[in-house]
Amino acid sequence: MSGTLPHLETQNLSAYYGTTQALEDVSIVIPRHQITMIIGPSGCGKTTLLKCLNRFIELEENARVEGKVLLDGENIYSPTVDVTEVRKKSGLLAQRPYPLPMSIFDNVAYGLRIHRLRSRHELNQAVQQYLQVAGLWEEVKDRLHCPASQLSIGQQQRLCLARGLAVEPEIILGDEPTSALDPVSAQHIERRLIELKERYTIVLVSHILRQARRLADYVIFMYMGKVIEAGPAHQVFNYPQHERTRAYLSGEF
Amino acid sequence: MRWKWQYLEEKFMQGLMLLSFGLILLSLLLILFTIVSKGLPSLSWEMISQTPKGGFYLGKEGGILNAIIGSLYLALGGTLIALLFAFPLALLLNIYLSQRLWADIVRLSLDILWGIPSIVYGAFGFTLMIFLGWRASLLGGILTLALLEFPIMARAMDEVIRRVPPDLPRAAYALGSTNLETAFLVLTRQILPGIATAILLAFGRGIGDAASVLFTAGYTDRIPNSLFSPAASLPLAVFFQLGTPFPEVQQRAYSAALILTVIVLGVSLTSRWLSHVLDRYSIH
Repeated sequence: MSGTLPHLETQNLSAYYGTTQALEDVSIVIPRHQITMIIGPSGCGKTTLLKCLNRFIELEENARVEGKVLLDGENIYSPTVDVTEVRKKSGLLAQRPYPLPMSIFDNVAYGLRIHRLRSRHELNQAVQQYLQVAGLWEEVKDRLHCPASQLSIGQQQRLCLARGLAVEPEIILGDEPTSALDPVSAQHIERRLIELKERYTIVLVSHILRQARRLADYVIFMYMGKVIEAGPAHQVFNYPQHERTRAYLSGEF
Repeated sequence: MRWKWQYLEEKFMQGLMLLSFGLILLSLLLILFTIVSKGLPSLSWEMISQTPKGGFYLGKEGGILNAIIGSLYLALGGTLIALLFAFPLALLLNIYLSQRLWADIVRLSLDILWGIPSIVYGAFGFTLMIFLGWRASLLGGILTLALLEFPIMARAMDEVIRRVPPDLPRAAYALGSTNLETAFLVLTRQILPGIATAILLAFGRGIGDAASVLFTAGYTDRIPNSLFSPAASLPLAVFFQLGTPFPEVQQRAYSAALILTVIVLGVSLTSRWLSHVLDRYSIH
């Protein structure tokens, strides 16, 4: 039964930018169909860890990775693995949403079109379905063929969610996906994510502790490129085992 | 006393900016005025609808249709061939070359090529044609113009792609796009306005250049009927007619310049309009 296996797992993962080490010997598990939140002070390696999970780290200049990232037990850094397949399995929400330079409809249809051909009818249906899941359908159904850049930034982030879901990923990665949004839009996204964890494994980076307390089922606390503590949210938040975690949670740094 | 200096600095720089603005505008108006006032009187339907008849260069009948058609063929052909190489190169520089050093070496080479005087391209093309045993021909002119336009177009496109925020291609990669899909479906869509500008910038440079086609395309009173026949061009029509001692022929040189200016102006305005239309979907 796949439910007992962690969805994602890293083994002795280290990452370097040139000669600077950004991640040091990270071994964590990410449970299936839960919201895992990576927290820690800025510069602690949260985003780097997230980038390792979909091989985005390879897009950085001079970046180098050691160790393994297992997706359902298979190492995504193995040379036989196709990087586009890895990225297809995870949707990404960036800090600032970047719609593709095309219409609202084409943004969602893009992923469907590049991964398999679909008939016009199927495309229409799928686009509607994913826009509904992302909670954007009602707002855009009358202007699907307008440029996506006309949407507000909060709507753009939901469009990016819909676009990511259309690729039918198993995992949703979010790099502080609400940090550029106004409070109402942020709440919109948070609510979607809570709904979506039934079907997707969600990994979020956040530097907002209150958000982590609201959303997290599982928490990874990082400091200076190392994982200090990881575990179920209630355990880490209420009974932190490590001195540093306690200090961070109480707002000392 | 500091505030007073700041005030003077501000005023001085503003004056300098206004002066440059005025100079630019004045030069443009002066050039246009010269061309229009000298060229308009001898501009006639005959000028743009006929090829030179016997004695044309002595002031007799005929027109410069040969040069108009020749110039359009040369510039269109050169631009098309330059595009065929410039666009893929710009994509290569920005998407596929992960080693920034190599990309910078290529950019430096392009900048040097951009700065080379067009007469050198003409001489280079001519040498190459002699080596191949070619005569002055439309094809020779087109290839030389393509060489001249290529660095301009490639660098202009490269700069446009470099201004794309890196998060945009990343968004495409995150959806599992290959490099090729990212390049052609996402990046190209984003920079279409810039591509249009780059193409027309190079076209403008190509159609206005005299030195590169002087030896390579030659000059003829006939409209070229194959890639291997020589071709006339507007800049050379201006040059040859201005070189005659007859005032009425010299005036026709100004009409030829006027026609060339109108073509270039039309191309610039079209490119402005096209950029504006294509910009609708771009992300800013």
